[in-house]
Amino acid sequence: MDSTASAMGTIAGAAREALGRFGVYGGRYVPETLMAALLELEAAYAAAQADPAFHAELDGLLKDYCGRPTPLYAARRLSEMLGGARIYLKREDLLHTGAHKINNALGQALLARRMGKQRIIAETGAGQHGVATATVCALFGMECVVYMGEEDMRRQELNVFRMRLLGAEVRGVGAGSATLKDAINEAMRDWVTNVRSSFYILGSALGAHPYPTMVRDFQRVISRESKRQILEQAGRLPDAVIACVGGGSNAIGAFYEYIPEENVALIGVEAGGRGHGLGEHAARFAQQGGGVPGVLQGTYSYVLQDEAGQIAATHSVSAGLDYASVGPEHAMLHDSGRATYTSATDAEALEATKVLSRTEGIIPALESAHAIAEVIKFAPRLGKEKIVMVNVSGRGDKDMGILTREMDLSGDATGTGKVSAR
Amino acid sequence: MAIAFKKRPGLVIYLTTGDPDLETTRLMAIEAIDAGADVIELGVPFSDPLADGPVIQRASQRAVLRGTRLEDVLRVCREIRAARPQAGLLLFSYLNPVLRMGLEKFAQAARDAGADGVLLTDMIVEEAEEYRRVMRQAGLMPVFLAAPTSPDERLQAIAEACEGFVYAISRVGITGTQAELAGDAEALVERLRGFTKLPIALGFGVSTREHVRALGEFADAAVVGSAIVGLIERTPAEQAPRAVGELVQQLCGGAKTA
Ligand SMILES: Cc1ncc(COP(=O)(O)O)c(C=O)c1O
Repeated sequence: MDSTASAMGTIAGAAREALGRFGVYGGRYVPETLMAALLELEAAYAAAQADPAFHAELDGLLKDYCGRPTPLYAARRLSEMLGGARIYLKREDLLHTGAHKINNALGQALLARRMGKQRIIAETGAGQHGVATATVCALFGMECVVYMGEEDMRRQELNVFRMRLLGAEVRGVGAGSATLKDAINEAMRDWVTNVRSSFYILGSALGAHPYPTMVRDFQRVISRESKRQILEQAGRLPDAVIACVGGGSNAIGAFYEYIPEENVALIGVEAGGRGHGLGEHAARFAQQGGGVPGVLQGTYSYVLQDEAGQIAATHSVSAGLDYASVGPEHAMLHDSGRATYTSATDAEALEATKVLSRTEGIIPALESAHAIAEVIKFAPRLGKEKIVMVNVSGRGDKDMGILTREMDLSGDATGTGKVSAR
Repeated sequence: MAIAFKKRPGLVIYLTTGDPDLETTRLMAIEAIDAGADVIELGVPFSDPLADGPVIQRASQRAVLRGTRLEDVLRVCREIRAARPQAGLLLFSYLNPVLRMGLEKFAQAARDAGADGVLLTDMIVEEAEEYRRVMRQAGLMPVFLAAPTSPDERLQAIAEACEGFVYAISRVGITGTQAELAGDAEALVERLRGFTKLPIALGFGVSTREHVRALGEFADAAVVGSAIVGLIERTPAEQAPRAVGELVQQLCGGAKTA
């Protein structure tokens, strides 16, 4: 990959910042037709960032409409069961619409309104970003078109209905593996075609600059709150923060304020799927069968691909983690070693869903369950004086269809509140 | 350096390499050249062609499924070059397959295969410093896209970065056929003229002889893609080279069936 790294990495200093670089990663690799729109977006975002009125409105809605701050909750029964570190859960699952996605959708919708764009485009995988976008469009009276892979429409059908109920048009995408990547392709084609009238609300810390930076900034509220909360509750910072990584938005939001705190380990959890072979998982950072740096959908980052540079199919039980690339800031954190990335398999995520449900009465989204699966492995290795924070990025309501197919609970529930080992 | 278009307007023909198969691509390219195409754009099939409409998406998918690789495209390029030394040959790709091969290795291989230039759909001028250096070293002409949405300062940078010709996108959108040429096109070409003496080729949605004739009033060449690729999709492989030759002839105005 030598020439790749050099091809992408020769820009330095301020120029690198301006181009949206995270180390050698990031940048802007898009059809020229989109460039004017990306530059316009970048300028509008910079202006909004500098405008106290923008922040006041965003913060007000995050509080009164979305329910921020979300609680930081000491998970005593889970900690006890695992017998190691004390576990705290950051409860993004309690936000309006059920996941962290609304932090970003709301921010971008406010920006779209400032820019006078009335037509909103979005992609969605698990449907949570689609629901969040449909929600804010209803709130602001905007037209909303959501692209979703047909496979994802099947497995997250409740969210398809929610989006339609909220007044959004959901367009199924049958191309490729009919999942998140294919939905992004189609959303970008729509944007290229309707770029003068439309605003693309991208749902993760992905894509061309300024999206990865902007989405991270809108999700940063997670760690801003959690840092204050853990200091209040535990009197010190956590030893580790764990979050699942699809495109990487909840993870970068949960990590960001801790990046300068070198004693806080940052652990991202990717989808290990059902095996190590290409096509069996979405673990871009895996040593075996993982991704290599490349360009997908506007940004330079780790990409699961074959030797010819064709993007690989991915698999995960969780639609929100089922994606071949990853946000460029995570690629940088990975290479620098500041964050480490691990994975949880489908089976581990399903088991973790059950464990959290039965120890704490919290049913996590399948995406978030990957982070729970990691804490189940990780916490017992630490002493009781250690603190581990887990971002529960969303709730599991949307996954009841998948769960009823994947889990057999008959004869399983003991009614004693005990967790049965499978 | 400029590509010489023999007539006005010149004709650039896009083929998705490997659809329906590599040998047919070679034959179609030769037929197209013999029927009057000045330049062949050899498209490298990609799994995620996000700037392309349904016709080229399907062709790309068929070619990827057949296992067509960048190396194969380069081999076809070399064969076409051997058969038609005078034709313009441009490699047309998304960035990722090129990065996977390695930029320098790709540039050398493209040069060895007799390509004149390269167009990368998702490479913009701001990101292109290293790419342009490598192209220059290998003696390849980089062609960049100019869009109706590009403001003047971008058009200037694009025009300065292009060699061979400038590829102007006729309308805001993805590739595909359309009934009428967009009104955007002429204004874009006019704006570009202020920044370059290179020939300007107009593509995206150019699909009929009528379009070619109309754009000949203001542009130097037409790029026809989806109309050709769609014809190939509808035609049995063994008849495709002849059918492509006939369509190219028709597009050039020397038609039997115009
Ligand atoms: C609840 C939840 N968590 C996590 C994700 C993964 O996205 P990201 O990595 O951007 O947080 C999704 C995406 O759909 C989601 O719905």
